[in-house]
Amino acid sequence: MKDLTFGQYLPYDSFIHKSDPRTKLLLTLGLIVTAFVSFNFYSLGLVIVFTIMAMIVSKVPISFYLRSLKSIWFFVLLTAVLNVIYIKGDNLLFSFWIIKVYAEGIEKAIFIAIRIALLIFISSMLTYTTAPTALTDAIERLLSPLMKIGIDTHMFAMMMTIAIRFIPTLIEETNKIMSAQKARGANMDSGSLLSRVKAIIPILIPLLISSVRRAKELADAMECRCYHGGKGRTRMNSLKASWRDAVCTLSAGLLLAGVILLNVFL
Amino acid sequence: MILQTENLNYVYSEKTPFEKTAVKNVNIGIGENDFIGLIGHTGSGKSTLVQHLNGLLKPTSGKIYFEGKNIFDKDYDLNALRFKVGLVFQYPEYQLFDETVEKDIAFGPRNMGLSEEEISQRVEEAAHIVGLKPELLSKSPFDLSGGEKRRAAIAGVIAMRPRVLILDEPTAGLDPVGRNRILEMLKNYRQEHNTTVILVSHSMEDVAQVADKALVMNKGEVFMYDTVEKVFSHGEELEKIGLNVPYVTKIFAKLRANGVYVPTDVFTLDKAEKVLLKLLKREGKE
Repeated sequence: MKDLTFGQYLPYDSFIHKSDPRTKLLLTLGLIVTAFVSFNFYSLGLVIVFTIMAMIVSKVPISFYLRSLKSIWFFVLLTAVLNVIYIKGDNLLFSFWIIKVYAEGIEKAIFIAIRIALLIFISSMLTYTTAPTALTDAIERLLSPLMKIGIDTHMFAMMMTIAIRFIPTLIEETNKIMSAQKARGANMDSGSLLSRVKAIIPILIPLLISSVRRAKELADAMECRCYHGGKGRTRMNSLKASWRDAVCTLSAGLLLAGVILLNVFL
Repeated sequence: MILQTENLNYVYSEKTPFEKTAVKNVNIGIGENDFIGLIGHTGSGKSTLVQHLNGLLKPTSGKIYFEGKNIFDKDYDLNALRFKVGLVFQYPEYQLFDETVEKDIAFGPRNMGLSEEEISQRVEEAAHIVGLKPELLSKSPFDLSGGEKRRAAIAGVIAMRPRVLILDEPTAGLDPVGRNRILEMLKNYRQEHNTTVILVSHSMEDVAQVADKALVMNKGEVFMYDTVEKVFSHGEELEKIGLNVPYVTKIFAKLRANGVYVPTDVFTLDKAEKVLLKLLKREGKE
């Protein structure tokens, strides 16, 4: 529970941190799409170079990006291995028993592995550089056209904000209750499956009760401050696009153009 | 010495932007049958320190000895240690979970693997110590009042019969009656059962009322560790780090400054009352 690095905001001071969350959200999606439409090594190489440059600009230590990969390296490896085994082509490299390895398979496996790694790096960059509240703000604003067809995007965004806001609180609470039960000799790390399931009960029940209590308190506190939903609500910090977002968008546009050109001509 | 720490350091979220040293180079010894008040501001590292004493937190560097043995040695049984060093967390009522108060108090002893007979005997004893009426034992813990819940949770730790009992802010959020009840209970418990008690608090009044020794922490370091009397005689230094000596002690210091002959070891209202009455009697005679 302690090393929750994937998806955590890291408050450094960088160009990317200061950019508008809407721009970051859209460009993150764009960048991921670009990585998946890079069909040859040249265009994929360009995306890699671009991503590494962006990682450096974000001022987040590279070790954090590598750590975000730690939890899924097995998945990357598995996908790569499956690709090597199952993709058939013209150039048989070698074969043993029933497994035949083609050059095309290896190529495909490398592509897939790099793309997944890029996907993780790029999405980590978004969450590392954007505070969760800024992110839900951006989602609310980007989805706001849906208000016209009767979907309450504000409610949706508020629910997400609250959920995200309480993740660290819940983790802290869970750790605290776990420690308290451990102090009374609860053993959660060993024993049979049944005894381990049973060991969860002393943690789960206090956690549920305190969550309900917290929800009630939060609702009361919001009502005390006259919260009544999204209608007519103004913001303390309204989002404003700046020259930074122009720079981000422009460089992403150039990347996309470069990738398309390399895809077509090489 | 029953518990000892050696150059204890603890750093939260090491090597991230959130890195924070919570405990810094702590060397303390806790004697058998001591009653120690651990005082300090919010964030001074009190809670972090006590979680090391039963091995819940592993120090970033440094050692902890219980009865002379390093508790982080490879073959040391940490689970057994937790029955000997009982830790009551802050707001312990939020850890209650079982159907009845009785079963909840029995959780610790049951984890120790005791016989049913022994368990029920210990539950009864612990409930008696904290002053829970026997008829409450069959109730659901969620039907108790706030103060009763708190006492039930403390009983859950006392029922393990720990050699050292550590309580983290056991009086937080209680009214004066509830607070007094818990403090007096601790005082009696320690005398009758010959155990070591560590009371974590930010209230000087609490510590003055029950403890013999005071351990003052500031920004993760030990600021003072001495008898309550000696610690409270350093009023000015304590004020510098944002802590106050009890109000009565302050008033008595002013009396002394104004030439009234009163002793220096007055920390509680009870004592103040006695001293003042004696003083008045003498004045009357003269």
